[in-house]
Amino acid sequence: MHIPDGFVDVKTAVAASALAVAGLSYALYQVRRELPLRRVPLLGLGAAFVFAAQMVNFPVIGGTSGHLVGGALIAALLGAPAAVVVITTVLIAQCFLFADGGVTALGTNIFNMAVVAPVVGIAVFRGVSRMLSGLRGQVAAVAFAGWCSTVAASLACAGQLAWSGTVGWAVAFPAMTGIHMLIGIGEGAISALVFFAVAKARPELTAATPVLPKRSFVGYGLLVVIGVALFAAPFACPWPDGLEAVAAKLGFEHAAKQPMAAPMTDYVMPGVGSAGLATALAGVVGALVAFGLAVFFSRLLVKNETVSAETSANS
Amino acid sequence: MSGIHFGHNHTPYAPEFRPTAGVRVPFAWLAPEWKLAVMLTLVVGTAVMPLAWWYWHVGAGVLLLTVALSGRVALKPLLWRVLWLLPFVAGAALAAVWHGPTGPGWPTVAARGGLCLLTVLIFAAVTPFGALPGVLRRIGVPALLVTTMALMHRYLFVLVDESDRMRRARTCRTFTPKRRFGWGVNAEVIGRLFVRASERAERIYLAMCARGWK
Repeated sequence: MHIPDGFVDVKTAVAASALAVAGLSYALYQVRRELPLRRVPLLGLGAAFVFAAQMVNFPVIGGTSGHLVGGALIAALLGAPAAVVVITTVLIAQCFLFADGGVTALGTNIFNMAVVAPVVGIAVFRGVSRMLSGLRGQVAAVAFAGWCSTVAASLACAGQLAWSGTVGWAVAFPAMTGIHMLIGIGEGAISALVFFAVAKARPELTAATPVLPKRSFVGYGLLVVIGVALFAAPFACPWPDGLEAVAAKLGFEHAAKQPMAAPMTDYVMPGVGSAGLATALAGVVGALVAFGLAVFFSRLLVKNETVSAETSANS
Repeated sequence: MSGIHFGHNHTPYAPEFRPTAGVRVPFAWLAPEWKLAVMLTLVVGTAVMPLAWWYWHVGAGVLLLTVALSGRVALKPLLWRVLWLLPFVAGAALAAVWHGPTGPGWPTVAARGGLCLLTVLIFAAVTPFGALPGVLRRIGVPALLVTTMALMHRYLFVLVDESDRMRRARTCRTFTPKRRFGWGVNAEVIGRLFVRASERAERIYLAMCARGWK
């Protein structure tokens, strides 16, 4: 999902970079305020851990292999603000050390993988682990959070590519999101396996769900929503372009002589009702299947709930 | 300044990217700040300018080739890395073919992608990563991010070696070859790695405090 150089145009790069800088600054502010001083080195070690974990290859069918991305996992282990800082550091290193992801696309990549993925991941993780109790619930929550964060990041990525005009939405959306709905299953499974391994070895590391005050939830939620409105909404829904709608609402649509139109208007508009509905339906079905898989996987993995619950309660 | 250590054939990263300590930095007379500035100028210019302004692209290409062929950059790892990353550029260029008239077109996408890729890789080859945190600190990047980056660079190779040792240990002790590289085993290794990383982080905190960090 690392976007190389030359794939995003100036407006997308600037908009995504602004959102990424906002997210990163907010995360740094929160880490500085709320993370205990003794856990600060854990950020650097966490970044090294994510980097090293990404090098472990997991075999998939036919000689191919995949690896962990880790946004949701590290968010579940360290909390969202720390995860944003950690994944950003990893992305900067990958960009300058290995040219994984372009320099001009760095802001875009940071927004997708270091802001959207951990924030969506932690939101889903907290929601599901409240719904399903115990270690089993936590493992299921990590698995589903891994899937959701992967799909959300790929959605943002597809939107940015389409908004830049590099790849049409009609190609980018099914290619990126469709494939990542499958990749997300692997990400979720690996995240759950690793989380379970950590919980078995050191239950106190996973027992405390990372604290995230309501206010910061609003802040991050706002960032993700702005991103989605900016990058994906013009294509995914029959409403007018997100910016245009905002402009109309704020009453300065006359200020802009040429309202900014979605680049693919003609391409998407015909039959958008049914196509949009089908897409939404496919998304809902996919999410339900992923959730079912996550719960099933957690039952398979965490055999003896009572024993695990006791060990985590004891520590 | 510690070097960059990578030595794993199963990773996509070429082992030659691991310059050992004491190897001379190419173009050391140019401060890393300037290298970064030149790289950013080249990349941003290439990504923004239309292909019609071809003299920019040709100029950038000539400059990059001069640096690459100056004899101070190891060519083999550079070529491997380019070969490894080229399919991604080609794939997206291919997707741009379908896009039709509104996009920049696949030759532009391919040329921009390829040129930027080469620029960053040559920058990485002439600038040790250990120099970057200092540069970032001087240009005003928040200290927390710089510290995180420096610690990541310091411990990345320690953790990679550690995970390799754990995998080797597992391979010796696991008798059924089918399970040797199974998902469960790999995940177990990664989980242990996290546990060790967090334990190490606590020791590092104590060490940092002992050296007057606050």
